[in-house]
Amino acid sequence: MTDPHIPVTEDELHAYVDNELPAERRGDVEAWLATHPDDAARVQSWRSMAEALHARYDAVVDEAVPKRLEIERLVREPRKWVYGAIAATLAAFIVGGGVGWMARGASAAPSSIQNFTVHALEAHRLYVVEVRHPVEVPGSERAHLQAWLTKRCGWLVRAPELTAAGLKLVGGRLLPGSGGPASFMMYESTSGERFTIYTAKSEAEATQMRFSSQGNESTLFWVDRGVAYVVSGAGDRGRLTQIAQSVYDQMEKTGG
Amino acid sequence: MTAFRQSVEAMIPALRRYARALARDADIADDLVQDTLVRALRSERLFLGGDVRSWLYTILTNLNKNRRRSLARRPQFMPLLDNNPDASGTEAEGRDIARALSTLVEEQRSVLLLVMLEGLSYREVADIQGVPIGTVMSRLARARAHVKASLEGERTALRRVK
Repeated sequence: MTDPHIPVTEDELHAYVDNELPAERRGDVEAWLATHPDDAARVQSWRSMAEALHARYDAVVDEAVPKRLEIERLVREPRKWVYGAIAATLAAFIVGGGVGWMARGASAAPSSIQNFTVHALEAHRLYVVEVRHPVEVPGSERAHLQAWLTKRCGWLVRAPELTAAGLKLVGGRLLPGSGGPASFMMYESTSGERFTIYTAKSEAEATQMRFSSQGNESTLFWVDRGVAYVVSGAGDRGRLTQIAQSVYDQMEKTGG
Repeated sequence: MTAFRQSVEAMIPALRRYARALARDADIADDLVQDTLVRALRSERLFLGGDVRSWLYTILTNLNKNRRRSLARRPQFMPLLDNNPDASGTEAEGRDIARALSTLVEEQRSVLLLVMLEGLSYREVADIQGVPIGTVMSRLARARAHVKASLEGERTALRRVK
């Protein structure tokens, strides 16, 4: 038994919380905490911190392990390019004369992110200039448009409400994507600026938002629950971000 | 499948969790896990017993250190928005803790996560980082103080805005 009157050090408080304290000293620390509310509050805050960490990250453990991490596959075909990914992504854009990449580089599938944004931008450019036939299904048939695209694409396609951003749904169409169908929706402001939302099936489960721009147009790309989203439009980055955020929030709510 | 491969496979979910918290970006995190697994599998014959779990955490921690070192040499582009689509439970709180983590220096974040999230002992973390236990404890203490201040600072800032 150690002397309970020896003051408890901060190291001991940490060790207590982490179960690293010798068993015979635990009682002393508990007695100390009962009479030292500041230390007790500190210990409590560390415990809440651990809970917050688990609340935030434990879900990852229950996720299905992505195919690229399967042992059998790795034994067969170890990944060689590893951290050249950043350079490779940039090189692909320079060689392809493509989109100036402004987001952080290293990524699971740089080529597919590039494909998505390139396809989305091509469609954007092709159709936003169209006056008479910008879309296949007009915005007045929103419910039909959503149901049709959802059925053809195979994931939940929603035409988000963007009136708060001053945008009205023009309509949408089905597009051929790189690995299957893609959905494409167009919005317009009263001043005539047009924004488009492109979705396609992604191999990645989720990514953060990435920004890129080329000439007058910019795109924001992200993947959520296996669906890639590309929001494209002219105008400043703040405006595009506002729109993308609104799209993202609404997809979150509908469970898209 | 060999016993070695099985024990590596059993660790994948936990490695993904650690990497996700360490690197924040889900893609980068899985890249780290993949590279860790590739290295581990390549060294199968060199592995003469011991703790597979600690060894895998060591590889991942080192790979992340290297990655950050190479990133430091190029201009930093931060993701435009801090979206965590996989946030569970109290989502705002999850974002707070993720943001607080991102403000920690590398060794402190790694110690904090290995101890608090992955449940490793001080001894194991000392071996992983190749430092004495005393260093692990001081890093942990500083990391906790920093995260606590960051979380509290955020809340008072929020209150002020409201």
